[in-house]
Amino acid sequence: MNTKPKVSQAELAEKFRAFIDPDFVITDDETMKPYECDGMSMYCEMPMLVVLPETAQQVQRIMRICNEHEVPVVARGAGTGLSAGAMPHKEGVVLSLAKFNRILDIDPLARTARLQPGVRNLAISEEAAQFGLYYGPDPSSQIACTIGGNVAENSGGVHCLKYGLTVHNILSVEMITAEGERVTIGSDALDVCGMDLLALMTGSEGLLGIVTEVKVKLLPKPEVAQVVMAGFDSVQKAGDAVGGIISRGIIPGGLEMMDGHAIIAADDFAQAGYPREAKALLLCEVDGTEEEVHEHIAQAEALFRELGATSVKTSQSEEERALLWKGRKSAFPAVGRISPDYYCMDGTIPRRYLAHVLLEMEKMSEEFGLRVANVFHAGDGNLHPLILFDANVAGEFERTEAFGGRILNLCVEVGGCITGEHGVGVEKIRQMAVQFNDEELQQFHDVKAAFDPAGILNPGKGVPALRFCQEYRSLEHKQHKHNTVDAAHG
Amino acid sequence: MADISQKLKEQILQAQQVGQKLNIEGGGTKAFMGRAADTDAGTLKLGEHTGIVEYHPVELVLTARAGTPLADIEATLAEEGQCLHFEPPRFGEGSTLGGTLACNLSGPARPWSGSVRDQVLGIRLLNGKGEHLRFGGQVMKNVAGYDTSRLQAGAMGTLGAITEISLKVMPKPATSLTLVQDMALDDVIQYMNSRAKEPKPITGAAWVDGKVYLRLAGARSAVEATAEKWSGEVMEQGDDFWRQLQHMQHEFFAGDQPLWRFSVGSTATNPDLDGPWLIDWAGSQRWYRGEADITRLESLAQRAGGQVSLFRGGDRTDEVMHHQPRALKEIQRRLKHSFDPDGIFNPGRLYSWL
Repeated sequence: MNTKPKVSQAELAEKFRAFIDPDFVITDDETMKPYECDGMSMYCEMPMLVVLPETAQQVQRIMRICNEHEVPVVARGAGTGLSAGAMPHKEGVVLSLAKFNRILDIDPLARTARLQPGVRNLAISEEAAQFGLYYGPDPSSQIACTIGGNVAENSGGVHCLKYGLTVHNILSVEMITAEGERVTIGSDALDVCGMDLLALMTGSEGLLGIVTEVKVKLLPKPEVAQVVMAGFDSVQKAGDAVGGIISRGIIPGGLEMMDGHAIIAADDFAQAGYPREAKALLLCEVDGTEEEVHEHIAQAEALFRELGATSVKTSQSEEERALLWKGRKSAFPAVGRISPDYYCMDGTIPRRYLAHVLLEMEKMSEEFGLRVANVFHAGDGNLHPLILFDANVAGEFERTEAFGGRILNLCVEVGGCITGEHGVGVEKIRQMAVQFNDEELQQFHDVKAAFDPAGILNPGKGVPALRFCQEYRSLEHKQHKHNTVDAAHG
Repeated sequence: MADISQKLKEQILQAQQVGQKLNIEGGGTKAFMGRAADTDAGTLKLGEHTGIVEYHPVELVLTARAGTPLADIEATLAEEGQCLHFEPPRFGEGSTLGGTLACNLSGPARPWSGSVRDQVLGIRLLNGKGEHLRFGGQVMKNVAGYDTSRLQAGAMGTLGAITEISLKVMPKPATSLTLVQDMALDDVIQYMNSRAKEPKPITGAAWVDGKVYLRLAGARSAVEATAEKWSGEVMEQGDDFWRQLQHMQHEFFAGDQPLWRFSVGSTATNPDLDGPWLIDWAGSQRWYRGEADITRLESLAQRAGGQVSLFRGGDRTDEVMHHQPRALKEIQRRLKHSFDPDGIFNPGRLYSWL
């Protein structure tokens, strides 16, 4: 990357202004300031320049210029990401896709929508509703996050056990390669010949290309959806109940769990009528035809009682259903009210280790002197521990990060992974060395080089440089040993 | 039930040293697919690399070695009331899980239940350097690193030898029922898509010989209520029809005429080609029998929003897969090189240039 003379901010801006409205080639610090971070605001960096193109041709020209001068490019959607994937590179360009905000076409019969990448996730379902259709993946940030970002992160949401992730719900993307080629990956069909590049692109965190158009599948809106809420006096019992539902052959549309801390915080915030004395709460949504929902809800209620639920309540109206979900969907801000700051983790685990992982986490919570609340996509094993801290207390964020890192190591130990849906970005890059060995990481680097030989797309994110990994691993190892010894003495 | 990965690794390293190529073979039931295999190459036999490594019904996840026959996996799942929802075709008793992923083969439920690629959670793979790599995992959600597991779907072993696969499994539907009625090809595309647009438990929509078949599956009450509302006769032994379709044992697939697979937009007007057609996947997968020039079919497929491949028969020394545009060809070439720098695996099997 250091072989070419560096292009200056002024030179680059001039090149871009030749074909982009000069107001949207931003070089002053004040206007660039909002771009210094994404939803993961603990990680900040000012870019060299921010550019907001409005056509794919402009993106192509930007990429050709950046590739020629080996200038890093960080693509950005709505900036709601939670792993600092859109954090700028200080010698690079932030390429915002905010102006690509049009729904180009909805085909009700084919059940597809053609979208620009800056279209908000929720806007797709809102527009498709007139045809009785909706877009499946519904991340918590769906009111703000964009489909382009969803592709970059392979976003999920609360309904993915049944309806899948972004990778299962897109048909094609148009993208501009690092070298400025405009290509379509995928088609109107369900598969294409050759390697599955569409899967590879999904979740690639802006390291393989810049998506300029997305074609998504739409689903028929279920006739009915109902939620059963069940309280339990232990996490273990709630975990068993999740397994119980699935063994009965019922695949809930959504299956969420909250621990005692999260229940109280969410109920204070949303007045959702949660059983405040419960140690664990399950929200089990069943959707489908009227007959099917009726049949499955009855089974679920009976099963939860049989497995020791201390309270069971089923939504009897759309309002009640919305209220029960409101608590869960506002769990993050609700926890935000009981602490100055919180840090949201995103590990996944095989469900059978849930009780073990929560117990270990409680021990770590004591060890680090930091509280933790848990919300859990129980259906698909995606855990979101929220570590509560105060950024104004010196050293507290560093302790929080260390605690978070230990949680992720624990997820890997039980056969899970370090990130279910938030991505690696900058934030979890160290833990990549725990989940993968050097040969695997090198293969990832080689995959990137196939798309981006000069390494200009989002450099420094997603996959760690191998020279740092050994250091990370030995550090983790030492720390682990140290803590084990401590525990033995404690 | 054996783990022969060490032996496989040694064979790859040996091949690398002496500059030998290797054709990857599992159960040997898909030899007819892709371009003709390189006859000078050796064979890397995955057929003995078998066994279910882990299966937790409650997790809805199964991990098996790539050479495990589909039949064994499906029998194990059936004991727990579960199944492979993507309904993999079997072209013989030996059809394996690894081959199914490499060829990205899924059955009639695919538009609703997803494909084999959709269900894959993680893999182990021996690359051309003999490195035994692990990607993805055994959990439903995992966005750490690139999705090199699903990348294998359709790559036909050109990136390496898949040795182990973890995938999502699902409960077997409580009941299923098939509705059949007469319909002309001209009307069926619109009809199948309209039905697929309704929020009903549909899991199959196919047309052959002037008849349209719709399958409903799921909770009994939902299936029965839908069948009452929709037109068509309830078919006796309907499951047999779908099984024949899944395993390509339906008489449409018999004989030596070249078999073309059009993977196109579900609502696209059917390509103007005389000869027998079978429509599956509610219009997204269309089979055609007949002698034809691939270039001509490619333009028809593109007009229908998709691609064509010569699935079986015909001239297999020429290209059999829809051509790749220049930029994607270059990316796939580089990807191949990144996994298999010496070009050991399945030379020319997917494309002549790969």
